[in-house]
Formats: sequence, structure tokens, C-alpha cells
Amino acid sequence: MKRIFVDEERCLGCRSCEIACAIKHSHSNKLEKAIREQPLPISRIRVRKDENNAIPLQCRHCPEPSCVYACIAGGIRKDEKTGLVVFEEKKCVRCYSCVMVCPFAVIKLGKEEQPAVKCDLCQEEEIPPCVRACPTGALFFGEAEEFQELMEKRRKRGEKDALLNTG
Amino acid sequence: MEWSRDGSAKKLLQEIREEDFQLSWDRLQEQLPQCGFGILGICCRNCSMGPCRIDPFGENAQVGVCGADADTITARNFLRMVAAGVSAHSDHGRAVAETLIKVARGEAPGYEIKDEYKLLKLALEFGLEVEGKKIEDIALQVGINALHEFGNQEGEITLVKRAPLKRQNIWRKLGVVPRGVDREVVEALHRTHMGTDQNYLHIMRQATRCALSDGWAGSMLATELQDILFGTPTPIVGKVNLGVLKEDQVNIIVHGHEPLLSEMIVMAARDPEMLKMAKEKGARGINIAGICCTANEVLMRHGIPLAGNFLNQELAITTGAVEVMVVDVQCVMQSLPTIASCFHTRIITTSEKAKISGATHMEFSEENALKKAKEIIKMAIERFPLRKKSQVRIPAGEVDLVAGFTHETITYMLGGMFRASYKPLNDNIIGGRIRGVAGVVGCNNPKVTHDESHLIMVKELLKQDVLVLQTGCAAIACAKEGLLDPVKGLEYCGDGLREVCEAVGIPPVLHLGACVDNSRILVAATAMVKEGGLGDDISELPAAGAAPEWMSEKAISIGQYFVASGVFTVFGVTWPTLGSKNLSRYLFEEIEEEMGGKWAFEPDPLKAAHLMIEHINKKRKALGIDKARERVLFDMEMRRGLE
Ligand code: SF4
Ligand code: SF4
Ligand code: SF4
Repeated sequence: MKRIFVDEERCLGCRSCEIACAIKHSHSNKLEKAIREQPLPISRIRVRKDENNAIPLQCRHCPEPSCVYACIAGGIRKDEKTGLVVFEEKKCVRCYSCVMVCPFAVIKLGKEEQPAVKCDLCQEEEIPPCVRACPTGALFFGEAEEFQELMEKRRKRGEKDALLNTG
Repeated sequence: MEWSRDGSAKKLLQEIREEDFQLSWDRLQEQLPQCGFGILGICCRNCSMGPCRIDPFGENAQVGVCGADADTITARNFLRMVAAGVSAHSDHGRAVAETLIKVARGEAPGYEIKDEYKLLKLALEFGLEVEGKKIEDIALQVGINALHEFGNQEGEITLVKRAPLKRQNIWRKLGVVPRGVDREVVEALHRTHMGTDQNYLHIMRQATRCALSDGWAGSMLATELQDILFGTPTPIVGKVNLGVLKEDQVNIIVHGHEPLLSEMIVMAARDPEMLKMAKEKGARGINIAGICCTANEVLMRHGIPLAGNFLNQELAITTGAVEVMVVDVQCVMQSLPTIASCFHTRIITTSEKAKISGATHMEFSEENALKKAKEIIKMAIERFPLRKKSQVRIPAGEVDLVAGFTHETITYMLGGMFRASYKPLNDNIIGGRIRGVAGVVGCNNPKVTHDESHLIMVKELLKQDVLVLQTGCAAIACAKEGLLDPVKGLEYCGDGLREVCEAVGIPPVLHLGACVDNSRILVAATAMVKEGGLGDDISELPAAGAAPEWMSEKAISIGQYFVASGVFTVFGVTWPTLGSKNLSRYLFEEIEEEMGGKWAFEPDPLKAAHLMIEHINKKRKALGIDKARERVLFDMEMRRGLE
């Protein structure tokens, strides 16, 4: 199953991924217009600080998702085939139990008492907008093995030094 | 999106597709997607507590570490753009003033004072005594006075007095009359320092004052003093396109902004000794062609052909037929030496202010300009035999144009030799043959199809009988399409505009020169006001401005001084204050109450043209001339009257 992986070393905390995600979830799909929409669109990804690094986080589509068990309306399920944690807006009763139990705190309150929101991996996109937006390649979309390979390659190239020598 | 609308650029792009040149369009792709905080203007790096960003979606931080909000941050960034633009134009103006002083002292061989009338006029405006004085002494004093306009600390810059009285009073009431160019720029940087000016409206006051010191001092002096030194342009024919490069000649491209050295290169290229050297190396002659505003300067005064505008600079080198490209300041891409390294081409930097890694630096000063110009030409001649025939691919085709319009020539062309005035122009506007006047200026930007927005906008304006004034890369864009050709340009005009242009024998798009020559538009607009019948202020004229493909900080400065001079001004591509609702509302709406002009942002060039036309119609209505548009055909008598 294709997932979003994070190369923490590479995240510079620019929050381009947040902006791209919010635009994707706006009506206009244009930055200049999206920032004037009412209610404002919500980004499903959030860049947080982890000791010294910035780290982008969105739904991990956990193997044993607490949100699925917590949802009193049965609105969140684990799709056996795709492995996705699927959120069904229509069933959401705005109790926001999922928001409270998510260990990564990546489910957000809907604005104006709208259903909660979380990353759905942008199924209809070939590559999710957040991944495309990342200027450093900190986000990767693909199979776990592909990501391992990529990381291996980056390590071999002496990634850390390369990053420090960009000047 | 297509990269370019320019036929010869398209041909060349097609041909070099297989090769590994990295052009601005490729580099833009590598930058995409660009940072949304930067696009919206809500990123601040003015101190090391930052960088700080304001979340435009309202969830995260709404203020920087120091507490600055989106309004303050966007306004500060905007003011800094203005200050940089003002500096570019004004430092150019200062350089010309310094040259004038050296010429007056006899320290600049090759230069002379070409327009004494203009010198005297400016001397009188500076309040100088001219009676019985030698021309050199007057020039010296004018040069010194011009320098004072930059360093002046108190009072007002001199040339604000050129503006309509009503306008001057608006500025005085708001306290935005510039004191001196340098002072306004320094104050702009001071105010935008961390923890200083933190009220966006107050910051914008300084943006206005700073920008006015460009339009009515820095740029205006650059234009005036260049006219004095190199001659006030008069209508002149020229050619444009990459096809102006010659396969059998030594090709030298002058690129950048100042005419100080390029004037000398043009002169030296005509030297028989140089021509002889070129022949010895197997070339049939020496061909000078220009890019960007240096091109416009030497086109306006010498008819030197235009190789192209901003986005043509890299392509020009890939023709393989350029021996040297001589650059000075502004809008010169650092990529040039890299591309040149694939050819025999040399990039030569010449300004003490600008070096580029990988380029050859041959610094010029007024004292040695002619000598340096000859050295550069010799170098080009020597490189001619190194040109690889197999690499040469000049896209064929040149387009004719007429340029060289100025405030002065407009009065003569329209008013006739003996009663030079703006009356015929005003009458035609009042009578409705001409709906209004638009200044369409500015750059190219690889984010939009090269030249296309200019063409869509200008063609729509012409169709609606709007006379178009142009400068800079915008003018070159339209020249390539033939809009500056008095015959071909008429095809796009509405009947009224066509009649007037036909009768007078001018193209419907008037090329007024380089970016600093936007000051000519201010002077022309003021002359229209003073002529009478169209209100008492620039803001009452049926006129509008635009920069549909802008990219540089200079464009922001120009736009701000247009708006502050009362002109409705529309920009395309992107807009740097969108991250603040309040500042955007001020610039797009509220500023009109103060200044009479306002900004608009509209990336669709056709819609932008319609905004301009709507504005012009609104002004016509306010003047009570909106109904006078029934058409009177020109009979012979009236035609004769115009000649
Ligand atoms: S995959 Fe889509 S929904 Fe998930 S964080 Fe990225 S852009 Fe947002
Ligand atoms: S776009 Fe990339 S570098 Fe920027 S915050 Fe997101 S993950 Fe980090
Ligand atoms: S000046 Fe204020 S907003 Fe700007 S970087 Fe410093 S703390 Fe941040």
C-alpha cells in the first residue's frame, strides 16, 4: 500500500506542505482565492517541532487505529484492502472523540461545527499535493520498500554533509 | 502553458529543445511549487528572532515573534520593494548627473551636450541664472543641482513643481512630497527595521513618498539628463526580433539599462578603423543590437535594432551568432555566462556596481568610455573567427517599428511645427475619437507566456480606441507584433483611433523609451491636464496604467508613483500583499480617496484591459464627455490642419 513517508532530516519547516494541503481542500484550488474563503480551508498536515527538527505529520493510517474504535457513530473504518483509515463525513456526529484519541493529534476539528477532518491521502491525485509541494523532498509517496531504497541511497550520498554545504 | 508568444523565440526554443541549456522557464519549473508565504508577502526575515510567517488559513501564528501582524509584515515588504525599485532607477539617474558634470568639466572625451534647449529649461526650473553664461558652466551647475536632488535633506524635490497644482496640493496635504531621493530610501529602510513603523497605513505613506522620489526625481532626472547628453529622441524607424542578428557580421549585444557606455559603443562601431578590422577578420560589418532598456535607449536615439526583451536575453546567446554581450545594470540574468560557455560568446560586465561570476569585467568610466568601447569592439571582432558555423541558428525575420516618441514629439506631431500643443490630442479625446490613454509598461515573467499578456491587453485597448503609451520590455513585446508599425498597427484599432493615427501618421502604440522614461508619461499626462478640457488633475484624465507581466521591484516603484500621481494601475501575474486583507483593501480601494488613483490586481490580461476601459469610461462620464462619441470623419481640410 502506498503511503506518505517522512525523511525527518530533510524537513526545513517551511510549511509549504500545509499550504498545499489547505489549497487542495479549498473550493477554488487557488492560493490567492483560498485565503479569502469562508470558512477557511483546513490543512490536514501539520508541521510540528520535534526536539531540533521540524516534522510534518498527517494521518498515519495506523494498523490498529484508535480513532476507529473511538468513533461512536461508526464513521471511521479501516479498509482491509487498501489499508486506509477511511473517514465518512456523512456519519460524523461532531462528537470529536477521534480528535481526542489520535496519538499523533492529526485529526482536526471542523470549522463552524463541521465534521472532523483528516488526511485521506488524496486518493484522486497521482502524487498528493503535500508531497509535490515539499521543496526538499522530505515527503515521499510510495511503497515502504521504495522509501527504504531511497533512504539507503540518500545515506550513501552522505546526505547530512550535502545538506550543510548548500552554500 | 506555452513558454513564449514571440515567433522567433518559439522557433529557437524548438531548435534547441534537444540541447541541455537551462533557461529561465526550466529554472522556474525547478522552483515550483513556490512558497505560498512568499507569494502572499507574509514572511518576514527582518530580524533574527524570525523568520516569521503568518498562517494565511488562520489556524497557526497570526503574528511574528515581535508581534508584527500580517498588515505590518506585508506593508514592510512592499515598502522595501519600493525602496529597491527607487534605488535602481535613481542610482541610474545619479550616474547620468555625474556624467554631465564630467562632460561640463571636459573630463569625458567623446560625450557632448546635445540638447542645449533642454539644459536651459532644466536650469531655469532649478532657478539658475543662465543669462550670459557659458553652456559648460550651466551644465556643471545643473549637474550639481541634480545631485542635490538625491542628497537633499529638507523641503521638496524640485520637479514636483511640474505636476498639476491640484496634485501638488494633494501630496502636500498628505505630507508625501519627497525631500530627497536618498533620504526617502534610507527612511524606508529605517522604518521597516524590526520594531519601528508598525502601522500599515503609516508605512504606506512612506511607500508613496519614496516612490514619488523615483517618478518625479530619480527617473525624471535620468530621462532629462540623458536627453541633454544624448539628444531628445525624435521619431525614428527601427527593427526588432532575434532576426536582427546578422550571420555575416560581428554581432554585439548591449543589454541592461544605462545608455552611458552603449552610446559610446554605437559611436565606436561606426569608426572606419574598427570596420576595417572587422573586414580583415572576414566580417561584413559590425552589428549592434540591444536587449532590455539599454536597447530602448539606443533605439530611441540611433535606431539601433532591438534583439528582444527580458526573456530573449538567454535565447539571443543560443543563436550562436553573438560575439559579445555587453551588460551594465539591472535585469541581467546570472545564467548568461553559463550559457555563453557553450559558445564562443563572451559576457562583459562594465559597471562598477555589477560583476557576474564567469563574465569578463571591463569597467568603464566617463574618462575612458570611448577607449573601453573600442576595446570591447576589438574583442568582439577577434572572436568573430571563433564562431562555429554549425552552431549558428538565427531565426529569420525582422519586424519594422517606429519609436522615439517623447513629450516633445507628441506636441509637434499632434500640434504641428508652428503651434505645438496637446490641444489636438485633448480635442480628439473630448470629441471621442480617442477614448483615452493607457500606459502599458513593465517586464516579462516566465510565470506567464512571454509577451502574450502585453499583446492581449494592448490589442483590446486599441480596439476600444485607447491610445497606448509604452516603455521598457512591454514596448518591445508589442513591437515584435508590429503594433509599433504605423501601417500594421492600425489594423488593430477602433475606427476613431485609426482615423487620428492615420491623419497624423503615428502608430497607435507610442514607444516612449526605457523604464526610467515612464517619467515621460507623467510629463505627458500633466501636459494634457494643463492643456485644458480634461479636468484639473491627472486623476481626472480618462487614463489608466498597467504592467501585465511585471516581475521587478522597479515595477512596484513605478506602479506606486503612478497610483500616487492619480492613475488607476493594474498589475498581472501575482500580487505581493494578498496575505493582508487590510493592506490589499487599502491599495485596491481606499487609497483612491486619498490619491485619486488606485491599484488593481488582475492576472487575466483581457479582464485587466476591461478594468482599464471601465475606468476610462468612468472618467469620461465624470468629465461629461461620455456622450460626445458620435464620429466625425476627417476631411482633407482637417487632415491638413493636423499636419
Ligand atoms: S495527502 Fe492530501 S490530505 Fe493528506 S496531508 Fe497530503 S495533501 Fe493533505
Ligand atoms: S514542505 Fe517539506 S520541508 Fe516544508 S514543512 Fe512540509 S515536509 Fe517540511
Ligand atoms: S521583525 Fe518581527 S516578524 Fe520580522 S522576523 Fe523579526 S520577530 Fe519576526
